[in-house]
Amino acid sequence: MIAEAGLAALWFAAALSLLQMGLGWAAVRPGNDNLLRLVRPLAVAQGLLAGISFLALIWLFLETDLSVKLVVANSHSDKPWLYKFAGAWGNHEGSMLLWVTVLAVAGGAVALLERKLRKDTLIGTLAAQATISLGFYAFLLFASNPFERSPVIPIDGQGLNPLLQDPGLAFHPPTLYFGYVGISVAFSFAVGALVTRDVGRDFAQAMRPWVLGAWIFLTLGITAGSYWAYYELGWGGWWFWDPVENASLMPWLAATALLHSVTVLATRDALRAWTVMLAVVAFSMSMIGTFLVRSGILTSVHAFAVDPQRGSFILMLLCLYIGGALALFALRVSTVREGAPFRVVSREGSLVLNNLLLTIILCLVMLGTLYPLLTEAFGTKISVGPPWFNTVSAPFALLLVIFMGMGPLLKWRKDDGNKLLKRVAVPLLLGAATALLIVIVAPDVHLLPMLGLAVAVPVALMSLMPLVGRNLRRTPLIIWGMVAAHFGIAMSLAGMASESAFSKEVLVSARPGQVSEIGPFTVRFDGAEPVAGQNWTAIAGRMTVRRGEGEEFVMLPEARMFSDPVTATSEAAIETHWDGQLYTVIGEPDGQGAWQLRLWWKPAVTLIWFGGSLVAIGGLLALLGRVMRRRSARKSVTDEAEGVPGREALA
Amino acid sequence: MRPGRIIAAALALAIAAPAAADSLLPPAEWANKQLPDPRQEAQARDLMEEVRCLVCQGQSVADSDADMASDMRSHIRRRIAEGETPAQIRAWLVERYGNWVTYAPPVDGMTWPLFVAPVILLGGGLWLARGRFRRRKKM
Repeated sequence: MIAEAGLAALWFAAALSLLQMGLGWAAVRPGNDNLLRLVRPLAVAQGLLAGISFLALIWLFLETDLSVKLVVANSHSDKPWLYKFAGAWGNHEGSMLLWVTVLAVAGGAVALLERKLRKDTLIGTLAAQATISLGFYAFLLFASNPFERSPVIPIDGQGLNPLLQDPGLAFHPPTLYFGYVGISVAFSFAVGALVTRDVGRDFAQAMRPWVLGAWIFLTLGITAGSYWAYYELGWGGWWFWDPVENASLMPWLAATALLHSVTVLATRDALRAWTVMLAVVAFSMSMIGTFLVRSGILTSVHAFAVDPQRGSFILMLLCLYIGGALALFALRVSTVREGAPFRVVSREGSLVLNNLLLTIILCLVMLGTLYPLLTEAFGTKISVGPPWFNTVSAPFALLLVIFMGMGPLLKWRKDDGNKLLKRVAVPLLLGAATALLIVIVAPDVHLLPMLGLAVAVPVALMSLMPLVGRNLRRTPLIIWGMVAAHFGIAMSLAGMASESAFSKEVLVSARPGQVSEIGPFTVRFDGAEPVAGQNWTAIAGRMTVRRGEGEEFVMLPEARMFSDPVTATSEAAIETHWDGQLYTVIGEPDGQGAWQLRLWWKPAVTLIWFGGSLVAIGGLLALLGRVMRRRSARKSVTDEAEGVPGREALA
Repeated sequence: MRPGRIIAAALALAIAAPAAADSLLPPAEWANKQLPDPRQEAQARDLMEEVRCLVCQGQSVADSDADMASDMRSHIRRRIAEGETPAQIRAWLVERYGNWVTYAPPVDGMTWPLFVAPVILLGGGLWLARGRFRRRKKM
């Protein structure tokens, strides 16, 4: 019953989105808002129905209803409830249903909450939103029905990939999807504004919170995903330039560029066409991300052909949406007037540079991700991995971070380059000193990590400078947000550089009682013992660890065996100190009483994720600041009361 | 979940796990052992991170538990210890397994766009931005 109800809700939602799309496109004309009264409730109802359908799927997983194919293939009655719950989206069909649900709910939210946007543009926006969701409803209903019943009812399900049985799964994919979908909302705004020729400040101000929200989720998703890979895979790596990771990085890069250009548009009414173009690019990236991950093309071009129906369906949607958006852009870009003028050395100028560098990095990441697929199609298999990505993107990334530190110190319209250099002279000297110190003290450190630290130190200082000379208690949240986000980037960079410059590795085959030294720690291996969990058993290595003359503590890395499906994973034991992490893994026994141990001391590695979280927190502060300002602005007599100087001070 | 079943399953698996988890052969000599000379070990480590584990999904041989990755690690450490340079070993691996094996693509007829792209992108970007600013000044 539940499965049929979920499927019915999905069909109804699809029908409503068809109606919403048809009415919306029929009605949308500059200055015409007659049908908004009809389109609004349609969007809300569509969101509700999609939500019901997703709740039905969660219900089926929690109940472990074995008459449903998807549950049989991905769940098991012995699984802890959290993974039954999260398992609902730990598979292809479920994750696509989550995607479309978030999309539909976001569409409903736009319809309910958006008051700033011109009404005719809102109709266009909702029509665009319905067009996107209709494609995904079709994909679900015709090519990946999550509610399909299975002809025979088995005794139990096949279980969930143990690598995915982790609290990380419960949060990681939804955060990324919220990000992708937020970007699609921003894109719908851009389409609406293009159709009604409304690209200007009001449109940018309406779009900005959505871009900011999407960007916060993408930042969180990437940070969490990186930490998840770090502790779950058991080799201490935190970024692999894996295509799946790149698929989430590319939308983030585009969203970061969009976030900054939409700020220029909202504040100074400049960069109009470019901002709209970026909205199209950011959306394309989130579609490509979905396509790369969901079509199976990544394992190999040939794996794509194994299930051609799904792959080609997504590819068709991808071409349709991106092609349509680009065509609309090309048709209407001539109606978008040039924005306000500015000089090279100015806040706008620095933001143009930020956009330029982010776009270059984005293109490089995309090239490196897709190039092996291209050559494979021509019959040559090549690998493009960390050495290439690091080398080509690092110079641009380091430049970008330096300008990120300087940009906020510039005035809008025009500024004096010499004045800026005087202000940042001290941090820059400190950076040079850092580089010199590393070259003298640790000459073995590679060039990139050395440069990374030499950039991170001054930029961390520069990013705090917008607070200098302000009354901290009266500094608006928006400024705090920017400072936090920029400081977070510098912090994360410092963590990455320090991890790759100063990590220590010890591999030993240890007998019980054997003592190893790593960094500042002494590790005594006391032996291996069996442990059991709800659906796994494990061998845990007991290690007694001591830092210098400090207190002893115990670490228990595990080698786990999961029962359904039978899989071996290693669970690292990680001890966090203020200045880094000790990362321990137990490997294979040698059959003669010794166990393979892998130990790493990673100084300052935690800064990577603290920095990433700080970036997200910065985004959240800025979002709160914007929302609160909008509230208070609505209460005051008019929006224009804030005036140009106020707007610029806050942007 | 019934506690009796957990314990039974745990016992069964605890006995079976070490046997099931491994292949019958012991891992190659240098697979999980570091070279005594830290310089050589660092060289080996850098190379291992750039060599693809051919039977895994997107992992280098430095980050994989697969038997083949162990063999490759042992192979690389042994040859570094015998005094070969990482470039020589990489060339040998590429000759044997093709460019698929190295995460650092070499510059050749198939891969040159990868290396020209950064320059073209930077040039194109600067040209676009310059055009923008020049137009502004005339206004």
